[in-house]
Amino acid sequence: MSIWEYANPKRFMQTSGHVLPWVSGLAVLSLATGLVWGFFFTPEDYKQGSTVKIIYLHVPAAMLAINIWAMMLVTSLVWLIRRHHVSALAAKAAAPIGLTMTLIALFTGAIWGQPMWGTWWAWDPRLTAFLILFLFYLGYLALWEAIDNPDTAADLTAVLCLVGSVFAVLSRYAVNFWNQGLHQGATLSLDKEENIADVFYIPLLISIAGFVLGFVALLLLRTRTEIRARRLKALQARERMA
Amino acid sequence: MIALLIRDLRLAMRAGGGFGLGLAFFLIVTVLVPFGVGPEGTLLARVAPGVLWLGALLACLLSLDRIFALDHEDGSLDLLATAPVPLEGVVAVKACAHWLTTGLPLTLAAPALGLLLNLPGPGYGWLTLSLAAGTPALSVIGAFGAALTVGLKRGGLLLSLLVLPLYVPTLIFGAEVARRGAEGLATATPFLLLAGISAGTLALLPFAAAAAIRINLR
Repeated sequence: MSIWEYANPKRFMQTSGHVLPWVSGLAVLSLATGLVWGFFFTPEDYKQGSTVKIIYLHVPAAMLAINIWAMMLVTSLVWLIRRHHVSALAAKAAAPIGLTMTLIALFTGAIWGQPMWGTWWAWDPRLTAFLILFLFYLGYLALWEAIDNPDTAADLTAVLCLVGSVFAVLSRYAVNFWNQGLHQGATLSLDKEENIADVFYIPLLISIAGFVLGFVALLLLRTRTEIRARRLKALQARERMA
Repeated sequence: MIALLIRDLRLAMRAGGGFGLGLAFFLIVTVLVPFGVGPEGTLLARVAPGVLWLGALLACLLSLDRIFALDHEDGSLDLLATAPVPLEGVVAVKACAHWLTTGLPLTLAAPALGLLLNLPGPGYGWLTLSLAAGTPALSVIGAFGAALTVGLKRGGLLLSLLVLPLYVPTLIFGAEVARRGAEGLATATPFLLLAGISAGTLALLPFAAAAAIRINLR
Protein backbone atom coordinates (compact mmCIF):
# COMPACT_ATOMS: atom_id res chain seq x y z
CA MET A 1 0.00 0.00 0.00
CA SER A 2 1.69 3.18 -1.10
CA ILE A 3 0.52 6.52 -2.34
CA TRP A 4 1.83 5.76 -5.84
CA GLU A 5 -1.00 3.27 -6.31
CA TYR A 6 -3.26 6.25 -6.88
CA ALA A 7 -1.22 7.20 -9.92
CA ASN A 8 -3.44 4.63 -11.59
CA PRO A 9 -6.53 6.65 -12.57
CA LYS A 10 -8.78 3.66 -12.02
CA ARG A 11 -7.59 3.14 -8.45
CA PHE A 12 -7.84 6.87 -7.85
CA MET A 13 -11.41 7.01 -9.15
CA GLN A 14 -12.45 4.05 -7.01
CA THR A 15 -10.99 5.29 -3.75
CA SER A 16 -11.86 8.94 -4.27
CA GLY A 17 -15.43 7.89 -5.10
CA HIS A 18 -15.69 6.22 -1.70
CA VAL A 19 -13.95 9.00 0.19
CA LEU A 20 -15.63 11.99 -1.47
CA PRO A 21 -19.09 11.84 0.23
CA TRP A 22 -17.49 11.50 3.66
CA VAL A 23 -15.09 14.37 3.14
CA SER A 24 -17.82 16.59 1.72
CA GLY A 25 -20.14 15.79 4.63
CA LEU A 26 -17.45 16.45 7.19
CA ALA A 27 -16.49 19.68 5.42
CA VAL A 28 -20.05 20.99 5.45
CA LEU A 29 -20.46 19.97 9.09
CA SER A 30 -17.27 21.58 10.36
CA LEU A 31 -17.66 24.68 8.19
CA ALA A 32 -21.20 25.17 9.48
CA THR A 33 -20.14 24.56 13.08
CA GLY A 34 -17.06 26.77 12.89
CA LEU A 35 -18.75 29.65 11.09
CA VAL A 36 -22.02 29.65 13.03
CA TRP A 37 -20.18 29.32 16.33
CA GLY A 38 -17.71 31.99 15.29
CA PHE A 39 -20.26 34.43 13.94
CA PHE A 40 -23.04 34.11 16.51
CA PHE A 41 -21.72 32.56 19.71
CA THR A 42 -18.42 34.30 20.37
CA PRO A 43 -18.12 37.53 22.34
CA GLU A 44 -17.14 40.73 20.58
CA ASP A 45 -13.62 41.98 20.89
CA TYR A 46 -13.39 44.98 23.23
CA LYS A 47 -11.52 47.04 20.65
CA GLN A 48 -12.56 45.70 17.25
CA GLY A 49 -16.20 45.03 18.03
CA SER A 50 -17.89 42.55 15.73
CA THR A 51 -15.36 43.03 12.91
CA VAL A 52 -13.07 40.54 14.66
CA LYS A 53 -15.33 37.77 13.43
CA ILE A 54 -13.96 38.01 9.93
CA ILE A 55 -10.98 35.94 11.05
CA TYR A 56 -13.13 32.83 10.64
CA LEU A 57 -13.04 33.46 6.89
CA HIS A 58 -9.88 35.45 6.40
CA VAL A 59 -7.35 33.29 8.21
CA PRO A 60 -8.36 29.88 6.79
CA ALA A 61 -8.63 31.30 3.26
CA ALA A 62 -5.21 32.93 3.48
CA MET A 63 -3.62 29.75 4.87
CA LEU A 64 -5.13 27.70 2.07
CA ALA A 65 -4.17 30.18 -0.65
CA ILE A 66 -0.50 29.68 0.16
CA ASN A 67 -0.68 25.98 0.89
CA ILE A 68 -2.59 25.21 -2.30
CA TRP A 69 0.28 26.72 -4.28
CA ALA A 70 2.67 24.52 -2.27
CA MET A 71 0.51 21.51 -3.08
CA MET A 72 0.59 22.44 -6.78
CA LEU A 73 4.37 22.65 -6.54
CA VAL A 74 4.55 19.12 -5.14
CA THR A 75 2.14 17.65 -7.69
CA SER A 76 3.96 19.47 -10.51
CA LEU A 77 7.23 17.93 -9.35
CA VAL A 78 5.61 14.50 -9.20
CA TRP A 79 4.33 14.96 -12.74
CA LEU A 80 7.70 16.13 -14.07
CA ILE A 81 9.61 13.32 -12.38
CA ARG A 82 7.26 10.34 -12.47
CA ARG A 83 4.82 11.30 -15.25
CA HIS A 84 1.64 10.38 -13.34
CA HIS A 85 -1.28 12.03 -15.10
CA VAL A 86 -3.45 12.16 -11.98
CA SER A 87 -0.83 14.36 -10.39
CA ALA A 88 -0.83 16.89 -13.23
CA LEU A 89 -4.62 16.94 -13.28
CA ALA A 90 -4.71 17.50 -9.52
CA ALA A 91 -2.50 20.56 -9.96
CA LYS A 92 -4.81 21.83 -12.68
CA ALA A 93 -7.85 21.16 -10.47
CA ALA A 94 -6.34 22.93 -7.47
CA ALA A 95 -5.44 26.21 -9.21
CA PRO A 96 -8.93 27.76 -9.47
CA ILE A 97 -9.59 26.87 -5.83
CA GLY A 98 -6.36 28.59 -4.85
CA LEU A 99 -7.31 31.61 -6.93
CA THR A 100 -10.67 31.81 -5.16
CA MET A 101 -9.05 31.49 -1.74
CA THR A 102 -6.65 34.32 -2.58
CA LEU A 103 -9.58 36.47 -3.62
CA ILE A 104 -11.53 35.61 -0.45
CA ALA A 105 -8.52 36.52 1.69
CA LEU A 106 -8.02 39.82 -0.17
CA PHE A 107 -11.70 40.76 -0.02
CA THR A 108 -12.30 39.87 3.61
CA GLY A 109 -9.09 41.68 4.48
CA ALA A 110 -10.31 44.79 2.66
CA ILE A 111 -13.68 44.64 4.39
CA TRP A 112 -11.98 44.36 7.76
CA GLY A 113 -9.35 46.93 6.91
CA GLN A 114 -11.84 49.65 6.02
CA PRO A 115 -13.20 50.18 9.56
CA MET A 116 -10.02 49.09 11.39
CA TRP A 117 -7.17 50.64 9.41
CA GLY A 118 -9.36 53.24 7.74
CA THR A 119 -8.41 52.01 4.29
CA TRP A 120 -9.48 49.25 1.94
CA TRP A 121 -5.99 48.65 0.71
CA ALA A 122 -2.47 49.45 1.79
CA TRP A 123 0.76 48.53 0.04
CA ASP A 124 1.76 46.40 2.95
CA PRO A 125 4.19 43.50 2.32
CA ARG A 126 1.67 40.79 3.17
CA LEU A 127 -1.10 42.35 1.14
CA THR A 128 1.20 42.99 -1.80
CA ALA A 129 2.59 39.47 -1.69
CA PHE A 130 -0.95 38.14 -1.84
CA LEU A 131 -1.77 40.30 -4.81
CA ILE A 132 1.31 38.93 -6.57
CA LEU A 133 0.28 35.38 -5.65
CA PHE A 134 -3.07 36.17 -7.26
CA LEU A 135 -1.26 37.21 -10.46
CA PHE A 136 0.73 33.97 -10.38
CA TYR A 137 -2.47 31.93 -10.14
CA LEU A 138 -3.92 33.93 -13.06
CA GLY A 139 -0.87 33.33 -15.23
CA TYR A 140 -0.82 29.65 -14.37
CA LEU A 141 -4.48 29.21 -15.29
CA ALA A 142 -4.10 31.26 -18.46
CA LEU A 143 -1.23 29.04 -19.59
CA TRP A 144 -3.33 25.91 -19.00
CA GLU A 145 -6.13 27.43 -21.06
CA ALA A 146 -3.89 28.57 -23.90
CA ILE A 147 -2.34 25.24 -24.89
CA ASP A 148 -4.27 22.56 -26.75
CA ASN A 149 -2.12 19.49 -26.23
CA PRO A 150 -2.83 18.36 -22.64
CA ASP A 151 0.63 16.85 -22.05
CA THR A 152 2.45 19.92 -23.33
CA ALA A 153 0.18 22.08 -21.20
CA ALA A 154 0.88 19.95 -18.12
CA ASP A 155 4.64 20.11 -18.71
CA LEU A 156 4.79 23.84 -19.32
CA THR A 157 2.54 24.74 -16.40
CA ALA A 158 4.63 22.49 -14.16
CA VAL A 159 7.80 24.33 -15.21
CA LEU A 160 6.02 27.65 -14.67
CA CYS A 161 4.90 26.50 -11.22
CA LEU A 162 8.46 25.61 -10.20
CA VAL A 163 9.96 28.87 -11.43
CA GLY A 164 6.97 30.82 -10.14
CA SER A 165 7.42 29.38 -6.64
CA VAL A 166 10.97 30.66 -6.45
CA PHE A 167 9.90 34.09 -7.64
CA ALA A 168 6.87 34.16 -5.33
CA VAL A 169 9.16 33.59 -2.34
CA LEU A 170 11.61 36.19 -3.67
CA SER A 171 8.81 38.71 -4.09
CA ARG A 172 7.54 38.00 -0.59
CA TYR A 173 10.87 39.02 0.91
CA ALA A 174 11.50 41.77 -1.62
CA VAL A 175 8.32 43.62 -0.64
CA ASN A 176 9.30 43.21 3.00
CA PHE A 177 12.37 45.23 2.23
CA TRP A 178 10.39 48.02 0.71
CA ASN A 179 7.73 48.73 3.29
CA GLN A 180 7.51 47.72 6.90
CA GLY A 181 3.80 47.15 6.82
CA LEU A 182 0.53 47.49 8.65
CA HIS A 183 -0.56 43.87 8.80
CA GLN A 184 0.07 42.10 12.08
CA GLY A 185 2.64 39.33 12.26
CA ALA A 186 1.84 35.65 12.46
CA THR A 187 -0.27 34.83 15.49
CA LEU A 188 -0.88 31.14 15.13
CA SER A 189 1.97 28.80 15.87
CA LEU A 190 2.20 25.25 17.08
CA ASP A 191 4.59 25.70 19.97
CA LYS A 192 3.00 28.55 21.90
CA GLU A 193 1.10 28.09 25.13
CA GLU A 194 -1.87 30.13 23.95
CA ASN A 195 -2.21 31.72 20.51
CA ILE A 196 -5.39 33.68 21.01
CA ALA A 197 -8.04 33.44 23.70
CA ASP A 198 -9.76 30.06 23.61
CA VAL A 199 -13.22 31.53 22.99
CA PHE A 200 -12.00 32.66 19.57
CA TYR A 201 -9.45 29.94 19.03
CA ILE A 202 -11.63 26.82 19.10
CA PRO A 203 -14.18 28.00 16.51
CA LEU A 204 -11.26 29.28 14.41
CA LEU A 205 -9.63 25.85 14.46
CA ILE A 206 -12.91 24.25 13.48
CA SER A 207 -13.41 26.58 10.57
CA ILE A 208 -9.80 26.05 9.43
CA ALA A 209 -10.50 22.33 9.47
CA GLY A 210 -13.70 23.02 7.53
CA PHE A 211 -11.83 25.02 4.88
CA VAL A 212 -9.18 22.31 4.52
CA LEU A 213 -11.78 19.55 4.23
CA GLY A 214 -13.76 21.67 1.81
CA PHE A 215 -10.64 22.12 -0.29
CA VAL A 216 -9.95 18.37 -0.29
CA ALA A 217 -13.55 17.66 -1.30
CA LEU A 218 -13.47 20.21 -4.14
CA LEU A 219 -10.04 18.99 -5.23
CA LEU A 220 -11.20 15.37 -5.44
CA LEU A 221 -14.35 16.40 -7.25
CA ARG A 222 -12.49 18.55 -9.76
CA THR A 223 -9.76 15.96 -10.33
CA ARG A 224 -12.43 13.32 -10.96
CA THR A 225 -14.09 15.68 -13.43
CA GLU A 226 -10.78 16.24 -15.21
CA ILE A 227 -10.15 12.49 -15.43
CA ARG A 228 -13.63 11.91 -16.80
CA ALA A 229 -13.18 14.71 -19.34
CA ARG A 230 -9.90 13.11 -20.41
CA ARG A 231 -11.62 9.73 -20.83
CA LEU A 232 -14.41 11.32 -22.80
CA LYS A 233 -11.90 12.89 -25.16
CA ALA A 234 -10.17 9.55 -25.62
CA LEU A 235 -13.49 7.85 -26.40
CA GLN A 236 -14.42 10.54 -28.90
CA ALA A 237 -11.03 10.22 -30.57
CA ARG A 238 -11.45 6.46 -30.79
CA GLU A 239 -14.90 6.91 -32.33
CA ARG A 240 -13.55 9.26 -34.97
CA MET A 241 -10.82 6.77 -35.84
CA ALA A 242 -13.29 3.90 -36.23
CA MET B 1 27.69 30.45 -30.03
CA ILE B 2 29.45 33.63 -31.02
CA ALA B 3 28.17 33.16 -34.56
CA LEU B 4 24.67 32.84 -33.14
CA LEU B 5 25.12 36.02 -31.13
CA ILE B 6 26.29 37.93 -34.19
CA ARG B 7 23.45 36.53 -36.26
CA ASP B 8 20.86 37.57 -33.67
CA LEU B 9 22.34 41.03 -33.35
CA ARG B 10 22.32 41.47 -37.12
CA LEU B 11 18.72 40.32 -37.40
CA ALA B 12 17.69 42.75 -34.68
CA MET B 13 19.51 45.68 -36.31
CA ARG B 14 18.03 45.16 -39.75
CA ALA B 15 14.81 46.78 -40.82
CA GLY B 16 11.81 45.18 -39.12
CA GLY B 17 14.02 43.87 -36.36
CA GLY B 18 12.47 46.24 -33.87
CA PHE B 19 15.78 47.54 -32.59
CA GLY B 20 14.70 51.13 -32.10
CA LEU B 21 11.17 50.26 -31.13
CA GLY B 22 11.91 49.66 -27.45
CA LEU B 23 13.85 52.89 -27.21
CA ALA B 24 11.07 54.87 -28.86
CA PHE B 25 8.54 53.29 -26.53
CA PHE B 26 10.68 54.20 -23.52
CA LEU B 27 10.88 57.78 -24.76
CA ILE B 28 7.12 58.02 -25.27
CA VAL B 29 6.28 56.57 -21.85
CA THR B 30 8.63 59.03 -20.20
CA VAL B 31 7.21 61.95 -22.15
CA LEU B 32 3.66 60.94 -21.28
CA VAL B 33 4.29 60.83 -17.53
CA PRO B 34 4.30 64.61 -16.97
CA PHE B 35 1.02 64.82 -18.86
CA GLY B 36 -0.40 62.30 -16.41
CA VAL B 37 0.95 63.55 -13.10
CA GLY B 38 1.47 67.23 -13.88
CA PRO B 39 4.60 69.23 -14.70
CA GLU B 40 5.51 70.14 -11.11
CA GLY B 41 9.27 69.73 -10.69
CA THR B 42 9.43 68.36 -7.14
CA LEU B 43 6.77 65.76 -7.81
CA LEU B 44 8.49 64.63 -11.02
CA ALA B 45 11.80 64.41 -9.19
CA ARG B 46 10.21 62.12 -6.63
CA VAL B 47 8.60 59.72 -9.09
CA ALA B 48 11.40 59.87 -11.71
CA PRO B 49 13.45 56.81 -10.60
CA GLY B 50 10.40 54.56 -10.38
CA VAL B 51 8.90 55.80 -13.63
CA LEU B 52 12.15 55.37 -15.53
CA TRP B 53 12.53 51.83 -14.20
CA LEU B 54 8.95 51.01 -15.09
CA GLY B 55 9.36 52.47 -18.56
CA ALA B 56 12.51 50.46 -19.17
CA LEU B 57 10.73 47.32 -17.96
CA LEU B 58 7.76 47.85 -20.28
CA ALA B 59 10.03 48.66 -23.22
CA CYS B 60 11.89 45.42 -22.52
CA LEU B 61 8.62 43.50 -22.38
CA LEU B 62 7.62 44.83 -25.78
CA SER B 63 10.31 42.96 -27.68
CA LEU B 64 10.32 39.70 -25.72
CA ASP B 65 8.23 37.62 -28.10
CA ARG B 66 10.85 38.26 -30.81
CA ILE B 67 13.43 36.22 -28.92
CA PHE B 68 12.14 32.87 -30.11
CA ALA B 69 8.97 33.44 -32.15
CA LEU B 70 10.62 34.29 -35.49
CA ASP B 71 13.08 31.41 -35.22
CA HIS B 72 10.23 29.11 -34.35
CA GLU B 73 8.24 30.22 -37.39
CA ASP B 74 10.96 29.63 -39.96
CA GLY B 75 12.15 26.43 -38.30
CA SER B 76 15.61 27.57 -37.29
CA LEU B 77 14.74 26.92 -33.65
CA ASP B 78 14.44 23.21 -34.45
CA LEU B 79 17.87 23.32 -36.05
CA LEU B 80 19.31 25.12 -33.03
CA ALA B 81 17.73 22.54 -30.73
CA THR B 82 19.40 19.69 -32.62
CA ALA B 83 22.71 21.51 -33.07
CA PRO B 84 25.75 20.32 -31.10
CA VAL B 85 25.54 23.49 -28.96
CA PRO B 86 23.58 22.84 -25.74
CA LEU B 87 20.13 24.41 -25.87
CA GLU B 88 20.77 26.08 -22.51
CA GLY B 89 23.66 27.92 -24.12
CA VAL B 90 21.48 28.92 -27.06
CA VAL B 91 18.95 30.41 -24.66
CA ALA B 92 21.66 32.28 -22.77
CA VAL B 93 23.09 33.66 -26.02
CA LYS B 94 19.66 34.73 -27.24
CA ALA B 95 18.91 36.44 -23.94
CA CYS B 96 22.29 38.15 -24.21
CA ALA B 97 21.50 39.35 -27.73
CA HIS B 98 18.16 40.64 -26.47
CA TRP B 99 19.93 42.51 -23.71
CA LEU B 100 22.46 44.03 -26.09
CA THR B 101 19.71 45.28 -28.39
CA THR B 102 17.22 46.33 -25.69
CA GLY B 103 18.61 46.54 -22.16
CA LEU B 104 21.88 48.22 -23.03
CA PRO B 105 20.38 51.01 -25.20
CA LEU B 106 17.73 51.58 -22.54
CA THR B 107 20.40 51.89 -19.88
CA LEU B 108 22.33 54.38 -21.97
CA ALA B 109 19.24 56.40 -22.83
CA ALA B 110 17.87 56.51 -19.28
CA PRO B 111 20.02 59.47 -18.01
CA ALA B 112 18.89 61.63 -20.93
CA LEU B 113 15.28 60.83 -20.14
CA GLY B 114 16.00 61.45 -16.46
CA LEU B 115 16.74 65.00 -17.46
CA LEU B 116 13.19 65.33 -18.78
CA LEU B 117 11.80 64.14 -15.46
CA ASN B 118 13.95 66.44 -13.34
CA LEU B 119 15.88 63.57 -11.75
CA PRO B 120 18.03 64.89 -8.86
CA GLY B 121 21.79 65.12 -9.48
CA PRO B 122 23.18 62.07 -7.64
CA GLY B 123 20.45 59.91 -9.18
CA TYR B 124 21.95 59.70 -12.68
CA GLY B 125 24.85 57.45 -11.83
CA TRP B 126 22.78 55.14 -9.68
CA LEU B 127 19.96 54.97 -12.21
CA THR B 128 22.39 53.93 -14.95
CA LEU B 129 24.16 51.48 -12.65
CA SER B 130 20.92 49.92 -11.42
CA LEU B 131 19.60 49.54 -14.97
CA ALA B 132 22.90 48.04 -16.08
CA ALA B 133 22.73 45.52 -13.23
CA GLY B 134 19.01 44.83 -13.48
CA THR B 135 18.15 44.69 -17.20
CA PRO B 136 20.06 41.41 -17.77
CA ALA B 137 17.63 39.80 -15.31
CA LEU B 138 14.72 41.28 -17.29
CA SER B 139 16.08 39.77 -20.52
CA VAL B 140 16.69 36.31 -19.02
CA ILE B 141 13.31 36.15 -17.26
CA GLY B 142 11.73 37.35 -20.49
CA ALA B 143 13.53 34.63 -22.44
CA PHE B 144 12.02 32.08 -20.07
CA GLY B 145 8.54 33.54 -20.63
CA ALA B 146 9.11 33.58 -24.39
CA ALA B 147 10.21 29.94 -24.25
CA LEU B 148 7.01 28.99 -22.44
CA THR B 149 4.77 30.65 -25.03
CA VAL B 150 6.80 29.96 -28.18
CA GLY B 151 4.36 27.41 -29.57
CA LEU B 152 1.33 29.68 -29.30
CA LYS B 153 -0.16 31.67 -32.15
CA ARG B 154 -1.00 34.81 -30.19
CA GLY B 155 1.23 34.41 -27.18
CA GLY B 156 2.11 38.08 -26.77
CA LEU B 157 -0.51 39.00 -24.21
CA LEU B 158 -0.14 35.75 -22.32
CA LEU B 159 3.60 36.33 -22.30
CA SER B 160 3.19 39.64 -20.49
CA LEU B 161 0.77 38.09 -18.01
CA LEU B 162 3.30 35.36 -17.21
CA VAL B 163 6.38 37.56 -17.12
CA LEU B 164 5.14 40.61 -15.21
CA PRO B 165 4.76 38.89 -11.82
CA LEU B 166 8.21 37.39 -12.31
CA TYR B 167 9.58 40.90 -12.79
CA VAL B 168 8.40 42.09 -9.36
CA PRO B 169 11.58 41.47 -7.31
CA THR B 170 13.83 42.96 -9.99
CA LEU B 171 11.66 46.05 -10.26
CA ILE B 172 11.48 46.52 -6.49
CA PHE B 173 15.22 46.35 -5.96
CA GLY B 174 16.09 48.25 -9.14
CA ALA B 175 13.74 51.13 -8.43
CA GLU B 176 14.89 51.12 -4.80
CA VAL B 177 18.53 51.55 -5.83
CA ALA B 178 17.61 54.41 -8.17
CA ARG B 179 15.37 56.07 -5.57
CA ARG B 180 17.91 55.85 -2.77
CA GLY B 181 20.61 57.04 -5.12
CA ALA B 182 18.50 60.04 -6.12
CA GLU B 183 17.87 60.91 -2.46
CA GLY B 184 21.51 60.44 -1.55
CA LEU B 185 20.96 57.45 0.77
CA ALA B 186 23.04 54.29 1.09
CA THR B 187 22.39 52.00 -1.88
CA ALA B 188 24.69 49.06 -1.23
CA THR B 189 22.10 46.57 0.09
CA PRO B 190 19.45 46.84 -2.65
CA PHE B 191 22.17 47.07 -5.28
CA LEU B 192 23.78 43.83 -4.14
CA LEU B 193 20.39 42.12 -4.00
CA LEU B 194 19.61 43.37 -7.51
CA ALA B 195 22.93 42.10 -8.82
CA GLY B 196 22.25 38.82 -7.00
CA ILE B 197 18.93 38.44 -8.78
CA SER B 198 20.58 39.10 -12.13
CA ALA B 199 23.36 36.61 -11.48
CA GLY B 200 20.96 34.00 -10.10
CA THR B 201 18.50 34.21 -12.97
CA LEU B 202 21.35 34.21 -15.49
CA ALA B 203 22.71 31.02 -13.95
CA LEU B 204 19.46 29.09 -13.46
CA LEU B 205 16.73 30.26 -15.80
CA PRO B 206 18.39 29.17 -19.09
CA PHE B 207 17.88 25.59 -17.86
CA ALA B 208 14.17 26.16 -17.23
CA ALA B 209 13.82 27.97 -20.57
CA ALA B 210 15.62 25.20 -22.45
CA ALA B 211 13.32 22.64 -20.80
CA ALA B 212 10.30 24.66 -21.91
CA ILE B 213 11.60 24.87 -25.49
CA ARG B 214 12.21 21.12 -25.60
CA ILE B 215 8.64 20.53 -24.44
CA ASN B 216 7.31 22.96 -27.05
CA LEU B 217 9.28 21.39 -29.89
CA ARG B 218 8.26 17.84 -28.98
